Amino acid sequence: MPAEAPPAPAAPLLVVRDLCVRVPSRGRMIPLVDRVSFTLGEQDILGLVGESGSGKSVTAMALMGLIDSPGVQITGSALFRGQELVGLPQKQLRRLRGREIAMIFQDPMTAFTPVYTIGWQIDEQIRAHERLSRKQARNRTVDLLAAMGVPDPAQTANRYPHQLSGGLRQRAMIAMALSCNPALLIADEPTTALDVTVQAQILELIRSLRSTYGSSVLLITHDMGVVAETCDTTLVLYSGRVAETGPTDALFAHPGHPYTAALLASIPPLEGPRPERLPAIAGAPPAPLERPEGCAFAPRCSYVHAPCLHAPPPPLVPTGRYASAPRRAEADTQAVPLPAPDNTPRPGNLSHGSPAVQARSEPASLRAAQFAACVLPAEGTPLPPRLKDTAPGPGTPDAIGHAPPPRPPSPSSTIGEPHL
Amino acid sequence: MMMALLRRLGQTAFVLFGISVLVFLVFFATPGADPTARIAGRNASPQTLEKVRAEYGLDRPLPVQYATMMKKLFITQDLASYADRGELVVPEIARAAPVTVSLVCGAAVIWVALSIAMGTIAAAMKGTWVDRGLMILGLIGISMPVFWLGQVANLITQSRYHDTWLFSWVPGLGYVPLTENPWGWFKALVIPWCVLAVMFIGIYSRVLRADLVALSGEDFMRTARAKGLSPSRILLRHGLRTSLITFVSLFGLDFAQLVGGGALLTEVVFGLPGVGRLTYQALTNLDLPLIMATVMYSAVFVVLANAVVDILYLFLDPRVRDAR
Repeated sequence: MPAEAPPAPAAPLLVVRDLCVRVPSRGRMIPLVDRVSFTLGEQDILGLVGESGSGKSVTAMALMGLIDSPGVQITGSALFRGQELVGLPQKQLRRLRGREIAMIFQDPMTAFTPVYTIGWQIDEQIRAHERLSRKQARNRTVDLLAAMGVPDPAQTANRYPHQLSGGLRQRAMIAMALSCNPALLIADEPTTALDVTVQAQILELIRSLRSTYGSSVLLITHDMGVVAETCDTTLVLYSGRVAETGPTDALFAHPGHPYTAALLASIPPLEGPRPERLPAIAGAPPAPLERPEGCAFAPRCSYVHAPCLHAPPPPLVPTGRYASAPRRAEADTQAVPLPAPDNTPRPGNLSHGSPAVQARSEPASLRAAQFAACVLPAEGTPLPPRLKDTAPGPGTPDAIGHAPPPRPPSPSSTIGEPHL
Repeated sequence: MMMALLRRLGQTAFVLFGISVLVFLVFFATPGADPTARIAGRNASPQTLEKVRAEYGLDRPLPVQYATMMKKLFITQDLASYADRGELVVPEIARAAPVTVSLVCGAAVIWVALSIAMGTIAAAMKGTWVDRGLMILGLIGISMPVFWLGQVANLITQSRYHDTWLFSWVPGLGYVPLTENPWGWFKALVIPWCVLAVMFIGIYSRVLRADLVALSGEDFMRTARAKGLSPSRILLRHGLRTSLITFVSLFGLDFAQLVGGGALLTEVVFGLPGVGRLTYQALTNLDLPLIMATVMYSAVFVVLANAVVDILYLFLDPRVRDAR
């Protein structure tokens, strides 16, 4: 795996920096999404994982400019092909929506207007963005439905949403999202409402989009199995903050953040003896109002210690090969000549810059504190550096306590190895 | 489709039968509600009572009385008023119905158009002073009793300001048939229309606004926004179109009960000889055949309107189309 960031073919498609979404409540501003940063390259699939209420959907909605509750404050930056999305006037956002950035929603049962046919609704989107006759639009609709594997697409286009099964509706939804050939597809839990076999089909379809349509996908899910199966890069959100981010295989093999490790540990293993009880994370995620000053996971973390409780909380805890103490990282990072802000998340590179690099480029004690945050209190040593993804550092499983050795994370049991 | 229609027709007939039995029992068989005494008048001698009873067939068993009444009402249509001897009830209603229909249809056009406009604008500008202003207007409309509003309108247009240029065109109270003089028909009805519509504008615009606001949180509205549609298109093609399902069912009921005589107060205040006023007169005279006839007429309309609403549903909501 090359440590050097290959010169990206173009600027990354979407660069999100310090995105915050705050809602007013009883005179206070509550951050639902707190300084989330990530980068999505062309034809990449980025998985946004987290529990309910961790701010996954809010992040996506904020990117789409779909949050319009009164008083909501969205700050930070989201550069889509060099265009700032945060604070973009609705009129220009509208031109992007559907054409450049399309979204697939969680529940295909309710996501279509019940009184119009599927075809009408897809035509509508095409005609909203392109000057096409009704007939041309319908032809494209039928083609798209066919490409999404909808049987008898011409007939299906004339049917109403309630007449279709969930899987068909989700296919129609994806067809609608792709109808104007968007550069970015945001899929907000596209498989949650579907049964497992249909889930696998839809995921397969989403994976194939990048080759057939050249789309980048931001896949929002709470299902680690879906992520392992689908995404190039993974971003774990916890309580509105990024807990960990990195290439999917690295993150699954060697989770750096105790939260990620605990998440992975709670997936039933496919092989070996069946555990009596699956390990669970005690407690519940904090409500946005009660989010602690330091690491949001600290109250539930078995490794919590003093540096974790510091304010401000560390914005990112990167994983991957260099997720180690700055001192140790020196040796590993000569090959990472990246300035801190350039964090193209592609396999082989670190999603948020390597800590070492950042620590070097901004020698803030904050950084050191951040990396010190996720070390075992007992041993007092940082998590072992991930020198090679294939060869876990000695003691990795032990180092993260209950986190098991990498195992096929597959709650939906349709998945084997995390593949990339 | 044919089957569904037949079933609907059967239901209608059944409902009408039920209503007729109920009305008949209320007025003829309730203890102490002896129609003979009413027809004969106060302090009538037993002989007179006996005579009246025989004359109207009131000495026969109830089912026979009921059958006779229904036969006279629906088949021979020669049911005569008790209060106004010789006046046939059915033609009387047939004369009154066009007046009521004229009144209610005109008012319905006004209230549907205005309430859709008000409700949609208020929903589109939710939270602004326009929204609040429109909703307060609606509330004022609902709070004003129609008879009071009618009297005030009469006071202003008929007497106080009748001689000013603004209201000099207003004709005297009463009705002008459409076939006789369309312009006169319009002039005679335009003020009653507005007065009758005011309350419904208030109700409907508030209901529609609430419905649209509730819908704006729906998933499909979010989808529509994510598609990059313009706000007006989202509101009208997706929101309003879906809200129409509620709107139509509400409208069907109100329209039917108004045509069936519910516009009684407006008709009385404006001196329009419609079904409502007929019912009012029948009730003041306790004219049982007339009451029977007007109630049946009203029931027919309510049931018919429900059937029409159900058919409209088929067009408005594809989910209903498949359910039957």
